[in-house]
Amino acid sequence: MSFALRTRHSVLPGFGLALGFTVLYLSLIVLIPLSAAFIRTAGMSWEAFWRTVTAPRVLASFELSFGAAFIAALINAFFGLIVAWVLVRYRFAGKKLIDALVDLPFALPTAVAGIALTAVYSSKGWIGQYLEPNGVKVAFTPLGVVVALTFIGLPFVVRTVQPVLADLGRELEEAASVLGATRRQTFVRVILPAILPALITGFALAFARGVGEYGSVIFIAGNMPMKSEIAPLLIVTKLEQYDYAGATAIAVVMLVASFLLLFALNLLQWWARRRGGQDS
Amino acid sequence: MSSRYYSWIGALALVAATAAQADSTLLNASYDTTRELYRIFNTAFAKHWKTKTGETVALKQSHGGSGKQGRTVIDGLEADVVTLALAYDVNALAEHGNLIPKDWQKRLGHNSSPYTSTIVFLVRKGNPKAIRDWDDLVKSGTSVVTPNPKTSGGARWNYLAAWGYALKKFGNDEARARDFVGKLYANVPVLDSGARGSTVTFTERGIGDVLISWENEAFLALKELGPEKFEIIVPSISILAELPVAVVDKVVDKRGTRKLAEAYLRYLYSDEGQDIAGRNYYRPRDAKAAAKYAKTFPKVDLFTIDEVFGGWQKAQKLHFDDGGLFDRIYQAKK
Amino acid sequence: MSATFALPMAEYRFPVRRRASGESALVKWSLIGTALAFLALFLFVPLAAVFHEALCKGLDAYIAALAEPDALASIKLTFFVAALAVPANLVFGVAAAWAIARFEFRGKSLLLTLIDLPFSVSPVISGLIYVLIFGAQGWIGPWLQSHDIKIIFALPGIALATVFVTFPFVARELIPLMQEQGSEEEEAAIVLGASGWQTFRRVTLPNIKWGLLYGVILCNARALGEFGAVSVVSGHIRGQTNTMPLHVEILYNEYQFAASFAVASVLALLALVTLALKSYVEWRVRHETSDPVTVGPQE
Repeated sequence: MSFALRTRHSVLPGFGLALGFTVLYLSLIVLIPLSAAFIRTAGMSWEAFWRTVTAPRVLASFELSFGAAFIAALINAFFGLIVAWVLVRYRFAGKKLIDALVDLPFALPTAVAGIALTAVYSSKGWIGQYLEPNGVKVAFTPLGVVVALTFIGLPFVVRTVQPVLADLGRELEEAASVLGATRRQTFVRVILPAILPALITGFALAFARGVGEYGSVIFIAGNMPMKSEIAPLLIVTKLEQYDYAGATAIAVVMLVASFLLLFALNLLQWWARRRGGQDS
Repeated sequence: MSSRYYSWIGALALVAATAAQADSTLLNASYDTTRELYRIFNTAFAKHWKTKTGETVALKQSHGGSGKQGRTVIDGLEADVVTLALAYDVNALAEHGNLIPKDWQKRLGHNSSPYTSTIVFLVRKGNPKAIRDWDDLVKSGTSVVTPNPKTSGGARWNYLAAWGYALKKFGNDEARARDFVGKLYANVPVLDSGARGSTVTFTERGIGDVLISWENEAFLALKELGPEKFEIIVPSISILAELPVAVVDKVVDKRGTRKLAEAYLRYLYSDEGQDIAGRNYYRPRDAKAAAKYAKTFPKVDLFTIDEVFGGWQKAQKLHFDDGGLFDRIYQAKK
Repeated sequence: MSATFALPMAEYRFPVRRRASGESALVKWSLIGTALAFLALFLFVPLAAVFHEALCKGLDAYIAALAEPDALASIKLTFFVAALAVPANLVFGVAAAWAIARFEFRGKSLLLTLIDLPFSVSPVISGLIYVLIFGAQGWIGPWLQSHDIKIIFALPGIALATVFVTFPFVARELIPLMQEQGSEEEEAAIVLGASGWQTFRRVTLPNIKWGLLYGVILCNARALGEFGAVSVVSGHIRGQTNTMPLHVEILYNEYQFAASFAVASVLALLALVTLALKSYVEWRVRHETSDPVTVGPQE
């Protein structure tokens, strides 16, 4: 094993097998296929690549895809935490049903989600008809992209935070309150540090999922060049012109950007965990 | 239960990639708006083939955006015939995949397009914005729905029809034509990725005052969604949209289905094939069928893409490729 | 309280509410209100729209839409694909979580990031990469064609794309959970002489089973509902390579809105059924007298 194994957990068996299988499967399913995109792009000259990915329309679409995904992930992190909290800690009528419904954005085909959201938020829709007179246009604007991505990423934060929160024994909180901590102090000092890794994970996943989302967004975005056109749509556009290299060039930029962001978040988490570990 | 097990075994056979192919199956890769046409045509052809040869033929359909379908066949979808929305996408089979000879369009009558269509307007009942011709689409305050020419074949016909009108109006002044089309697209609130998407945006979402649409699509929308809600407006001039069909040589030679595939396409030119086309709001080529459906199709002054744009390859390059005239409309706006 | 600390964590998963939670009623209900309002705006209303559209032509039309041969073919295909993808990713998820949550090694953050990557890959790209490899113009496409092996535009390609898209779900559900739980119980079991497999089965599995189940449910739901990637590799042959989501799109494009949403609502219902099943299993397990694993006290 070329991986340097620190001795802390070495009592447990199965490291080689588990890691070996993980890496093999990862390579077969993810890494080798993804490398195809990189190799196809490598056929381009550097100038051609740079020209493709810095075209104003492409830059505008990156801005929209990453920006909208980030905002949507923030919305999901905040409200998702509240939803997870409510589902784990409180009892109220219909809780089971709501718990079950949270996963629906995964189950619903993205195209259906897009159609349903457009129907609801367009000027004649159930919600849109009340928003539009107040100057809030959702369907066919960048705001529509945020709405679609919020829907798509909704389960991530809830479902990553929920099990950790459920697992968190009440004793620590009770101890904190016995020792005189206020409820807020307990939340900030005891609960939040424990669920923070899961919260960050949920945020990162919602964000990452949103960046590449296509099916639901094209229905609600309006797809106007420079304004409400997402990056994956430009990939499709390039493909329509049999420009495989151009399409993979945009794909590669998106891949690298999401990889770096995810990597940064994972490092942050690892750091937070180590710090947390030293504290206790 | 047994049928379920059978299908599982069938799926497993697919995994093993040794699924036996009956020699009388035929796959037609077509574009989005021909679903209704080919559902009826396939039934008719299967009956015809059965009485003629005694063979039972299973006809399979694959539908999607015209460009996407062309690309899928190039990437290996074993379609015996393609029936697409524009010759450019069939050309791609010759250029990018070497699947058909370059002169494919000469192999069947009428440029290998057994039926045609054109571009018309669909407006809301009573035509509240009084839209009569292309000029009305560039007026400020008129909201126009049309799909994205980058991803939709139909949208390219729409764009070229408007461009052709403008060229004629301004005496072939390119700059003024560009300005005209720019103004038209400034009135477009949403560019759907396909023609059906635009129809749904206009009819179901209530967006826009006018939909630029295939003629057959506009008729179908009236039929499906209610003639009491919309009406068709025919502009003074429009484009003749030739809808090409081709046998995919490489596939039929490999699968041994050439005879069947060629008969299938030829049947589109037969009396019954032409009649089915007319019944589904495609303009038949055959004089007899054309006369029968003359009342359905209003008279329009039609120009061809070869006359005005010098063919699809040139039009695509000048207008729709990256950095082309369509892109510049939007970059100028910014 | 110290006595309860000696019990395994699993005992606390669904604690009986002994006392009111720490917040005041006002905070509690405003939190519930916020959560519900958020879910209503982004989830319930769009979902209600799906069912509204599905049933607007009546129940008979709804059933007819599902009994139609092409719809049935798409339902069968979808389940078959999920039956391939979910077990594969389940095994992977457990292995990856074991390696990552139980051991320290260099390159762990990198590995985690690579596992997350399929989430962030646009569905358009995840389909495209398989075309680049297996397509007629791709790396091994010509070889496959000359041997008459079909990968893309056939079942194997659809399955591969689905595996790719649902790749991280189980692993991502288990890793934070197992990290949170720590490995003290397992270490104790090993020290007390249990084999690795015994430890996994008797200690780890009972502790992670809910997380595992969540992961499988999510993985399954997404496998059934995936649209974009599958759309690229399916070829859209009616009654043959169309999955349920693709069939939904086809029906929608044929102006059969009610039928289209009917098939879509089946996907939504399936998710609800699996979750109901999960609740039932949870309830059963809680009412059984589970044999608590005896492990040493935690620090």
